[in-house]
Amino acid sequence: MAIEVRDVNKSFGTTPVLRDVSVDVASGSLTALLGPSGGGKSTLLRVIAGLEHPDTGTVRISGVDATRLAPQRRNVGFVFQHYAAFKHMTVFRNVAFGLEIRKRPKDEIRRRVMELLELVHLEQMAGRYPSQLSGGQRQRMALARALAVEPQVLLLDEPFGALDAQVRKELRTWLRRLHDEVHVTTVFVTHDQEEAIEVADTVVVLADGAVEQVGSPSDVYDNPANPFVMRFLGPVTEIGGSLVRPHDIEISAEPRPGSGEATVTRIVRLGFEVRVELLVGDREAWAQVTRGTAERLGLAPGDIVNVRPSPGARSLALTGA
Amino acid sequence: MGTPDAYGVAMTAETATRTAPPPRAGARRRRRFSGGTALGLGSAVLYLSLIVLIPLALVVVRSADEGPGYFWRAVTTPDAWAALTLTIGASAVVALVNLVLGTLIAWVLVRDRFPGKAIVDTLIDLPFALPTIVAGLVLLALYGPESPLGLNLAYSRAGVGLALLFVTLPFVVRTVQPVLIELDRDMEQAAASLGASPFQTFRRIILPNLVPAMLSGTALAFTRAISEFGSTVLISGNLPFKTQVAAVNIFSQIEGDNTTGAAAISTVLLVVALVALLVLDLLQRWGSRRG
Repeated sequence: MAIEVRDVNKSFGTTPVLRDVSVDVASGSLTALLGPSGGGKSTLLRVIAGLEHPDTGTVRISGVDATRLAPQRRNVGFVFQHYAAFKHMTVFRNVAFGLEIRKRPKDEIRRRVMELLELVHLEQMAGRYPSQLSGGQRQRMALARALAVEPQVLLLDEPFGALDAQVRKELRTWLRRLHDEVHVTTVFVTHDQEEAIEVADTVVVLADGAVEQVGSPSDVYDNPANPFVMRFLGPVTEIGGSLVRPHDIEISAEPRPGSGEATVTRIVRLGFEVRVELLVGDREAWAQVTRGTAERLGLAPGDIVNVRPSPGARSLALTGA
Repeated sequence: MGTPDAYGVAMTAETATRTAPPPRAGARRRRRFSGGTALGLGSAVLYLSLIVLIPLALVVVRSADEGPGYFWRAVTTPDAWAALTLTIGASAVVALVNLVLGTLIAWVLVRDRFPGKAIVDTLIDLPFALPTIVAGLVLLALYGPESPLGLNLAYSRAGVGLALLFVTLPFVVRTVQPVLIELDRDMEQAAASLGASPFQTFRRIILPNLVPAMLSGTALAFTRAISEFGSTVLISGNLPFKTQVAAVNIFSQIEGDNTTGAAAISTVLLVVALVALLVLDLLQRWGSRRG
C-alpha cells in the first residue's frame, strides 16, 4: 500500500471534520476522494500531505509512519485548487523549485524541468510568468512542479475546480493519460461524481467526515452501499419505496409482472434522451428513456402507463418510505 | 453639488456620442477625450498645478534668482552643507531601520495572534495623526534631560534619528501589511511540500513578493524624513553643524531674510526627494512587470 490512513480523527474547534477515517491507497493507483463540500475530503488530503495534523490516528506512506513528519520530509507532491503558483518566478523556475531546494546540479535541473514541461505541454512557456498563463496552463505547471521532485505520492486538491467546464473536461482526460504514463500513486479530491468515475480507478466516497464506501467506479455506481452514495453518484428517482436510477425504469402500455400504473405529467426532450415525468400514486418520479422508446410508445402528457424497475436493475429499498 | 454636475456631464457625453457624425480623420483628433474625461483630467491638472507644481516651480525659480554661483555658495555654506548632509544621512539610516523593523511589525500584525492586536494596529497610525511638534515634546519628555529612563538624547544626532524614526514608522508597516494579507498562503504550503524549510520559504517565496512594497515604503519614509521639521526642532536643539536639520536651516535662513538661500536649500531637498520617488517608481514598474 502506498498510503495507509488508520482511524484518523480531526476537529476544527468543536466541529469534527474527520471521524475514524481509514483508507488504503494501492501503489500506482489513481484514487478519487469524492463527496459533497464540507465532507472532509480536502482535510483528509491535507492530513496525508502533512499540511494538517490529525488529532488521533496514523498515516503511513510507503510503509513508513508519517503521522509526525513535517510536509518537507514526506516526499509528497501537492497540487492546489488555486494553483499556488510562485508568481514572482518564471514557469521554469517554478518547476525547478523543488530541485533547487534539493541542490541538484544545474544541468540536471535544466534537463529534468524541460522534460516535465514537455510532458505537460508547456515547453514553449518556460520563460513566462504565471500571470501570463491561462488557468489550465497554470494548473499543468503546478502539476509539473509537484512531479519534479519525484514524489512517492501525488495529491491533488480539487485540481480542476477553478477551471471552466471545457478546460476541465480536457484536463481530466489528460490527467488520466498522464497517470498511465507516469504511474505515480495519485489521490485527487473532487465533488464531481462524473470526474471521479471518468478519471479514477478507485473511488472513496466521503460524507460528514466518514467513509461511506470504497470501490471501483462501476462498483460504487452499480452497488451503492447506501441511499446517500446512490444519490450522490448519479440521478435517482423513487418508485415503489425504492431508489432506482431513472434509466432503469421500464415504461410499457400493458401491465407486466411487478409493474404499477403511473400518469405521464410532462415530457422533456434532451437531444437523444427523453425525460418522462410521472406521477406514481401521489408521488412524483421520472424515467429516462431513449427517443426511440418514447416515440414507439407514443408518450404524451396525461397518458396512463405501466412502470417498473427493469429486471436486473439495482435498487435500494428506502426504509420508512 | 456633485450629483447634478456628474449627471449633467454624463448627459452631455451621451448626447455627444449619439449626435456624433460618422468618424472622420480630422474629427478623431478633436474628440480624443469624452466630456467626462476632459473635465476630470482638467480638474486634476488644475488642482495639482495650484497646490503642487506652481509653488514648487516658484521655489526652483527663486533659488536661481542670484545666478548659479550664488546657488552653489548658498548650498555649500558650512552650516547649510552640514544640515543637508545630516538630514540626508540620518534619513537614509532611519529609512533602512524602518525597512527592517517596519516589515517585522507588519509581519507580527498580519501573521501572529495576540491580545491587544487591534490596539497596536491603530497605534501604528499615531505618528501620522499627531502634530509632529507634539511628537517632539513626547520624545523630549522621555529621552530628554529629565528622562525617567536615564537616557538623555536631547541635542544629539541620536535624538534627531529617534524623532525621524518615530515620524516615519507607519510608512513601511502600512505598505507591507496589505501585501502580506493578500499573499497566497498556498504558495508557502506548496514550497513546504516541495521540501523548502521555513527559512527557505521565507527567503525564496515570501520576501521576493514583499520587496516592492518594502522598497516603496522605505522610499516614502526617506522622503518624509528629509522634510521633517516639527518633531526634530525640540529634541535636536538645532545646534548648527551638529544637530540642525535642513528644514530648520531653511527656516533660520528665512528668519535671516535670506530667501534665495532658503530656496536653494529647498531645491536640493526637492531634487533628492524627486530622485527617491523616481527610483521608487522604477522599482514598482520592475515589480509589477513580474506580478
